[in-house]
Amino acid sequence: MHLAYPAVLSALLFCTGLYGVLARRNAILVLMSVELMLNAVNLNLVAFDVWLSKTAQDTLHSGQALTLFTIAIAAAEIGIGLAIVLAVYRNRGTSDIDKLRDTAETGDGSDDGHDAPESAASTTAEKAEATA
Amino acid sequence: MSLAAVAASTATTTAAETNGFLSPTGVEIAFLLVGLVTLGAAVVTVTTKQLVHAALWLVVTLGGLAVEYLLLTAEFIAWVQVLIYVGSVVVLLLFGLMLTKAPIGRSPDADSGNRWAALTVAVAAATALVWVVVDAFRTTWIDLDGAAVGSTEANGKALFQNWVLPFEALSVLLLAALVGAIVLSRKAAATNQPMGRTAPGVQPAGTDPATADEQPSRQGKEGAR
Repeated sequence: MHLAYPAVLSALLFCTGLYGVLARRNAILVLMSVELMLNAVNLNLVAFDVWLSKTAQDTLHSGQALTLFTIAIAAAEIGIGLAIVLAVYRNRGTSDIDKLRDTAETGDGSDDGHDAPESAASTTAEKAEATA
Repeated sequence: MSLAAVAASTATTTAAETNGFLSPTGVEIAFLLVGLVTLGAAVVTVTTKQLVHAALWLVVTLGGLAVEYLLLTAEFIAWVQVLIYVGSVVVLLLFGLMLTKAPIGRSPDADSGNRWAALTVAVAAATALVWVVVDAFRTTWIDLDGAAVGSTEANGKALFQNWVLPFEALSVLLLAALVGAIVLSRKAAATNQPMGRTAPGVQPAGTDPATADEQPSRQGKEGAR
């Protein structure tokens, strides 16, 4: 078999997952797209391991061992990721990542974060002066 | 001379014995067809408007990848893929969709506003990657004859001779993930309970999601194992 077949398939799968990560709005669908990207990497590892184990003299069989490690890590990742998504959903009532903008900078730039405490401090100072 | 002849004869006999039921061309054609199905299912997964259907199309994608592993003679990886991905990860994702009360049916806001930028990035990355990969490996062929490379025996030998330390480190990582999932679920339950105590009428509603949310973490442990 030509090595380009699995390599091209895994490249296309990876880019499909990339589109999903960037374009999806629900956090769980983003996790699904991450799974697609991880599976593309797995296919690459398996294909190159099969190719190398027939051409090289003795290998560590590293591609398939690393594939097993990737699968285990992906399972751990999906467990932790879903726990985080459920915690966010319980606290915020939504799993829409476009609405989770607490740490976003608002509009003009990073100066806003410094302006707000200063203005608040100035207003409290004015109030203190007024009460004094 | 005789040694070479013996080696050649053994090589041909093993190739004839362990050849699968598909000819080399047949393997290529099957790989292409299953690859098309896999890619189509992946595209539907990331573009469909129905959230539960996305998870079900993900099953088709992961199953197609398992068939691709089988065609590449990596049997053990194929069955691990079926067990862990199709068996537990997709079930976990479905539980997550149900616990976050994903709407059944079409949801018009499944895609965010930057989908055109995402499409541009993805198409550019796909073009660059496919071009580079095809150009780099245009004269490379995988030899699929002979004994299967990814049999359970070969994988077990490699894993427990050369990869023992990463294997054990991975078990520690799985333990850490297990504890982390429990802590993430428990912490929110602890914050839920005082709210239920202050408002006694809310208590059953406050304890219900806590017990319901412990379920996916428990399944996460099983999937991680």
